[in-house]
Amino acid sequence: MPSSIANAAPAATAANLNDQQTQDLHQKIAATVGRIEVDDAKMSMRDVDVFYDDKHAICAVNLDIAAHEVIAMIGPSGCGKSTFLRCMNRMNDTIENCRVSGSLKLDGVDIYDKKQDVVQLRARVGMVFQKPNPFPKSIYDNVAYGPRIHGLAANRAELEEIVVTSLERSGLFAEVKDRLDKPGTGLSGGQQQRLCIARAIAVNPEVILMDEPCSALDPIATARIEELIDELRKNYTIAIVTHSMQQAARVSQRTAYFHLGYLVEVGETAKIFTYPEHKLTEDYITGRFG
Amino acid sequence: MSNADEQAAVVDIVTAGLKRRYAAERRFRLFGLLSVVLGFVFLFALFASIISTGYPAFQSTYVQLDIDFDPAILDISASPGSEELSAANYAGLVKHSLRELFPAVKKRRERRSLYQLVSIGAEYELRNRLLTAPSFIGRKEALWLPANDDLDTFMKGGIDRQLPQENRRLSDQQLTWIDALLEAGRIEKRFNTVFFTSGDSREPELAGIKGALLGSFYTLIVTLVLSFPIGIAAAIYLEEFASRSRWTDVIEININNLAAVPSIVFGLLGLAVFINVFDLPRSAPLVGGLVLTLMTLPTIIIASRAALKSVPPSIREAALGVGASRMQMVTHHVLPLALPGMLTGTIIGMARALGESAPLLMIGMVAFIVDVPQSITEPATALPVQIYLWSDSPERAFTEKTSAAIIVLLVFLVVMNSLAVYLRKRFEKRW
Ligand SMILES: Nc1ncnc2c1ncn2[C@@H]1O[C@H](COP(=O)(O)OP(=O)(O)OP(=O)(O)O)[C@@H](O)[C@H]1O
Ligand SMILES: [Mg+2]
Repeated sequence: MPSSIANAAPAATAANLNDQQTQDLHQKIAATVGRIEVDDAKMSMRDVDVFYDDKHAICAVNLDIAAHEVIAMIGPSGCGKSTFLRCMNRMNDTIENCRVSGSLKLDGVDIYDKKQDVVQLRARVGMVFQKPNPFPKSIYDNVAYGPRIHGLAANRAELEEIVVTSLERSGLFAEVKDRLDKPGTGLSGGQQQRLCIARAIAVNPEVILMDEPCSALDPIATARIEELIDELRKNYTIAIVTHSMQQAARVSQRTAYFHLGYLVEVGETAKIFTYPEHKLTEDYITGRFG
Repeated sequence: MSNADEQAAVVDIVTAGLKRRYAAERRFRLFGLLSVVLGFVFLFALFASIISTGYPAFQSTYVQLDIDFDPAILDISASPGSEELSAANYAGLVKHSLRELFPAVKKRRERRSLYQLVSIGAEYELRNRLLTAPSFIGRKEALWLPANDDLDTFMKGGIDRQLPQENRRLSDQQLTWIDALLEAGRIEKRFNTVFFTSGDSREPELAGIKGALLGSFYTLIVTLVLSFPIGIAAAIYLEEFASRSRWTDVIEININNLAAVPSIVFGLLGLAVFINVFDLPRSAPLVGGLVLTLMTLPTIIIASRAALKSVPPSIREAALGVGASRMQMVTHHVLPLALPGMLTGTIIGMARALGESAPLLMIGMVAFIVDVPQSITEPATALPVQIYLWSDSPERAFTEKTSAAIIVLLVFLVVMNSLAVYLRKRFEKRW
């Protein structure tokens, strides 16, 4: 086996072929640099293409995510990080003009298979969004919502137990323990984001997808969430999109660099940030791009 | 030119323009204020005119007569059955007591004009009294009975004594009788219960609003029960479930067009479909409600869709993200947030339906209906139609009834809107 799976020539689309620059880019990113596969892959993506109508947003991306690792996805704005992340729990299904092809597997089972139920998938692959989006309900109900709809708790006591542990894990419990019945929307931005994390982990998912979870937060709240991510790694597999290279360096074990829909380079975080192999990665990391 | 100079120049330009900008703002505010004041003036004038013409209708004139329930006058046996009782000569009772009050009146013609002072409603009242309590037979009672509408109008200042006799509705002779009755304290204005307890009538003093009020009520209930769930379901389906396609576009355009269709067209449609094809009863609140449902649905759907659109997409993503199904997403999160807006739309639609008369004319709710409807399938009329009917009547007394009916309609509207505001507040509080 070669150390990297060579990308098949990306599907030729009208938009791609017309443009000399994009053709050059094809040449430049002939294949993803670095090791795509891992030994104990939790999720495994092969030849993923995503289109928004004619726009080719993700081009033939191959990537594995190992169990209990934090993988960071970085890259300039508009390169398709969110798009790729949202493929992994089929949130893209809700976007009408979005088309996904290729194979995306969770524990070896294709998640885009007709037999795969999206509700079940999203219970297994949770998501935290860029902007904190708590429900306009009480803090308790925010966290209890997932367990309730999935029927994870047999009685009130069990549900309360789940809510409390989730809030504890997200590091929010101490701050809100005597106002659980107050609206979640009344919390500060950082607290709201931790509430959203608590809501996601209350369902006990196997994978958590985080799309720039700290972009709306101050450095202290960010630091708390970064700590939290490191904690969560024991129990969950995490894919995080971030614009902060420091953050990627701090929280992740592996880093994937995306560029204009291509996965340019992937590898150990330490190595990517010290000895990037690809020219584009190096430009981005050293601040010459993006 | 240095940068500092440029900045100073900018300040000068801004300052020069400031005056003009503030003047524009002041002008705009003045116009706004003026239009609000103008609106209030018109509203006040409208209310003042309606209330001043309408409030006398809430009172009516009664005449006290000594009624002798003599079986001989009633033309019945000593112990009559109920059939005999209902066919008895009650007009005779009234005439008899009037003759006793004015023994000097002998000529047939004069007597007839004397009898005219009392409404024929007096006979109905006497009959009801005897039918419920036959023990009255043989007794003599002083009773307050409704006066004729001309006497009523006179009491409310609607007839001018100074006019020559041919130009007024009461003759000189009648006026002297009235003066005598007034002297004896036998004429009184009282709260007009008839107006709220009976249906329409050819006699203004007997005409009431209850039939129209109930007709409107039943019609609106049918409209609400049908249009609220259907409208909201349609809006949710179109907004949350249907994928955008040529079909949904066509539907959307059609709904928007339907909202602009003149209401009378819906009346014609109702006549053709509900009455002629489905054979539903004519003039019934059921059909009225169906027609108004057709008319109201587009409004409700458009308002509900706008309410759904205004729910932030992040809430939907959050719900889907923890694994809610689409239905759960809608019922648990989107609908509660959109409901206040949907209620507002529904109320606007219902208020329009309440004031609508044209489509109801088409399905026969304009008929002259005396009975108060008991169900949604019985013939009825509606408040706006009643207003239209009364405003068309020549009797002076109907003018005040028209305004009184408008007052009732407005009160109905205010009650309905307050209820909606209250409901909306309650739903909003849950969050
Ligand atoms: N709903 C959509 N319809 C059409 N094009 C879209 C849509 N969403 C994203 N795109 C396009 O797809 C490309 C990738 O978008 P994506 O949101 O994945 O970028 P990103 O890497 O997350 O950027 P950022 O860092 O700014 O969040 C962009 O060029 C964007 O314009
Ligand atoms: Mg993004």
